Amino acid sequence: MAHSPETSPLSRFSFSGSGLACRRGGRLVFQGLDFALEAGGALLLTGPNGSGKSSLLRVMAGLTTPSAGSLAWSGAAVAEDLPAHRARLHFVGHLDALKPVLTVSETLGFWAAMRGGARAAVPPALARFHLEPLADLPCRFLSAGQRRRLALARLVASPAPLWLLDEPSTGLDEVSTSDLLAAIARHREAGGMVVAATHADLPLAGAAPLAMQDFAPRRAA
Amino acid sequence: MSAFLAVVQRDLRLALRQGSDAALVVAFFVLAVVLFPFGVGPEPQLLARIAAGVVWVTALLAALLSLDRLFQLDYEDGSLEALALTPLSLEALVLAKCLAHWLTTGLPLVLAAPVLAALLQLEGEGYLPLVLAMGLGTPSLSLVGAVGAALTLGARRAGVLLSLLVLPLYIPVLIFGVAAVDQAVAGISILPHLSILAAFLLAALPLAPLAAAAALRSALE
Repeated sequence: MAHSPETSPLSRFSFSGSGLACRRGGRLVFQGLDFALEAGGALLLTGPNGSGKSSLLRVMAGLTTPSAGSLAWSGAAVAEDLPAHRARLHFVGHLDALKPVLTVSETLGFWAAMRGGARAAVPPALARFHLEPLADLPCRFLSAGQRRRLALARLVASPAPLWLLDEPSTGLDEVSTSDLLAAIARHREAGGMVVAATHADLPLAGAAPLAMQDFAPRRAA
Repeated sequence: MSAFLAVVQRDLRLALRQGSDAALVVAFFVLAVVLFPFGVGPEPQLLARIAAGVVWVTALLAALLSLDRLFQLDYEDGSLEALALTPLSLEALVLAKCLAHWLTTGLPLVLAAPVLAALLQLEGEGYLPLVLAMGLGTPSLSLVGAVGAALTLGARRAGVLLSLLVLPLYIPVLIFGVAAVDQAVAGISILPHLSILAAFLLAALPLAPLAAAAALRSALE
């Protein structure tokens, strides 16, 4: 069977965190948080607004330094080698990171090149999210859902074992949501890991739930 | 290296398609210089005497015009965060953006300078030193400016703050840039002045990206 780039066999990785706490603007957002992910695993972050889902994703990506606790990748501390950590993750945040004057395929080609991916990976990634008819359209003409699909197409344009997704299905219609779920399923089959924060019901088979409110700081009486 | 070039290529493409920034900088440079004969009177001796200073001061101000947008747009649309999460280090990213900034604003200034100097009746011996000094000096302006742009990222009225922060740091480039031209007109060797400009550039090349990357890191926390 032919393998597309993102299904290249990923060796047996694991990603875990222990005793994580995060402080934003002087306020403790969560504390005492542990998680563990094996190859092919998925973690679904849920919780009310402000419970720290995005903060946890930023901590996992190495953008924010946790105020306590540590992350480990296959047993090695992530904080010791952040550049290597960045090379193995994809982060899709709230913002789509698109430039109005660049075309859809230029945008995807750029992000693939940033991660050492090949230009040849762009058309299949566009096809996966049904973006081929828009390939030569500047991004300023895209709708909100199309922008989101382009941001998500970055995931499959260059391989990385860990996907960190912040509300990935926002603005997506049913077809696009199933495209996203299919991409996630293929990624996990190949041994990739996914951490997704969501309000919507994102049906990820066998995903471990992580309710952020369980790690809210205990208030001093 | 390919990621570095991808950033340069993207920024050049953005600058060429949006078109406004580079053209604006050169237009400001030309207009501001043209104002001087109106202000100080049309005597050729007087204009020739102040030509080098006027061209240099105006070039500094013109270079400042585009600086506040160096990281601002990428910061607002999420591109900066996404770029910070690619394997390319932030220091290399800053260097790539400085290179693109210099190619789109510094280089046009260098090319326009001799024409404007002719308008101000600069003596014949001064042209080559003017171009050489600006060729060595303007990359330093982009590099030092990047530190200011990174520090003021997200601040209100960032443009004004940026000028206050960066203009004092431009003084050494101004002094030695103007002196090189004046010395050439007086028939004295310009090598010492060009050497100091080159030394300033060589110091800024590693230090400015380090400082700017540290500022970006804290802006993205």
